[in-house]
Amino acid sequence: MTEHDPEKRNVPPGAPHDNMLTETISYVIGLGLALLLTGISFWVASTSVLWGPGVAVGLVVLAIAQMGVHLVFFLHITTGPDNTNNVLALAFGVLIVFLVMIGTIWIMAHLHANMGPSPEMMNLHTQRG
Amino acid sequence: MSSNEAATIGLTHGGSEDTGLGHRGPESKSIVVPYGFWLFVLSDMILFSTLFATYASTAGATDGGPTSIELFDRTLVAIETIALLLSSFVCGLAMIAAKRGNMTWTQVWLLITGVLGFIFLSIELYEFASMIAEGAPPQRSAFLSSFFTLVGCHGAHVTAGLLWLGTMMAQIWAKGFQPHILRRLLCFSVFWHALDIIWVAIFTIVYLIGTLP
Repeated sequence: MTEHDPEKRNVPPGAPHDNMLTETISYVIGLGLALLLTGISFWVASTSVLWGPGVAVGLVVLAIAQMGVHLVFFLHITTGPDNTNNVLALAFGVLIVFLVMIGTIWIMAHLHANMGPSPEMMNLHTQRG
Repeated sequence: MSSNEAATIGLTHGGSEDTGLGHRGPESKSIVVPYGFWLFVLSDMILFSTLFATYASTAGATDGGPTSIELFDRTLVAIETIALLLSSFVCGLAMIAAKRGNMTWTQVWLLITGVLGFIFLSIELYEFASMIAEGAPPQRSAFLSSFFTLVGCHGAHVTAGLLWLGTMMAQIWAKGFQPHILRRLLCFSVFWHALDIIWVAIFTIVYLIGTLP
């Protein structure tokens, strides 16, 4: 948002700009960056040049970067004072998403490592039972 | 705190009565409605995060059945990704035209948005059908159950979005660019962009990381 209208305390997410040119440029830049990041993701996933174990982490970083591009250039989420409510709601959403995902993956990986019976144990168990 | 100070930070409206909503009262509907819809979209993302967590936990549980490397075709996924990304971009162009009240271009851009969304959905359904034909239906393993739930849930959202898009095109055509129609169109665009954000996570986690050598 470039205008500083004191009457405008808040703007909704994705609100169109008043200036047609800057808004069109915003979408074009967003499309260009998103295409670039998508291209890099597909290249990183298929090349053998890079260090194998780091590829998955790199892909996640590229995905998060692309989500940021979509939020800024398509949904017009900014750091401006008129966007505070949108950003706060987004921050809370991101917090819950990370808690759910990392928490689940962490717990389930430990459960798998600690409680997954090996084939020998399964045999032993059935013999004694 | 002095009353002057309270007025500065918006606790009073300068007079004696404190509404608690700042000195201008609540925001207009054009702000409140899209903001409420933004909260819905964010909670929808939390819904998807639970499906992602389930998928990540069961991705290796193939029960001796087909694995992700055998099943997924990266070329198809690349086409799907480009189609949905362009659809999101064109939806933005439709919003630009709608703000200026340009009926022809709004309808043209919305139609292209819908066609690209339909291409995405067709490829996804083709992929589902060929997976089921290859002996990889949802009931085959925990991996496939969570895959069909996650990607199918996204596909269901796109289907709902396409129905909404058709409704919006008809409403704009019949009622013109009235404030409440524009409000609905803004909510639709937020929904459509959010679906693309979720797809970024799906193609990265499910299709790219799932097919790493």
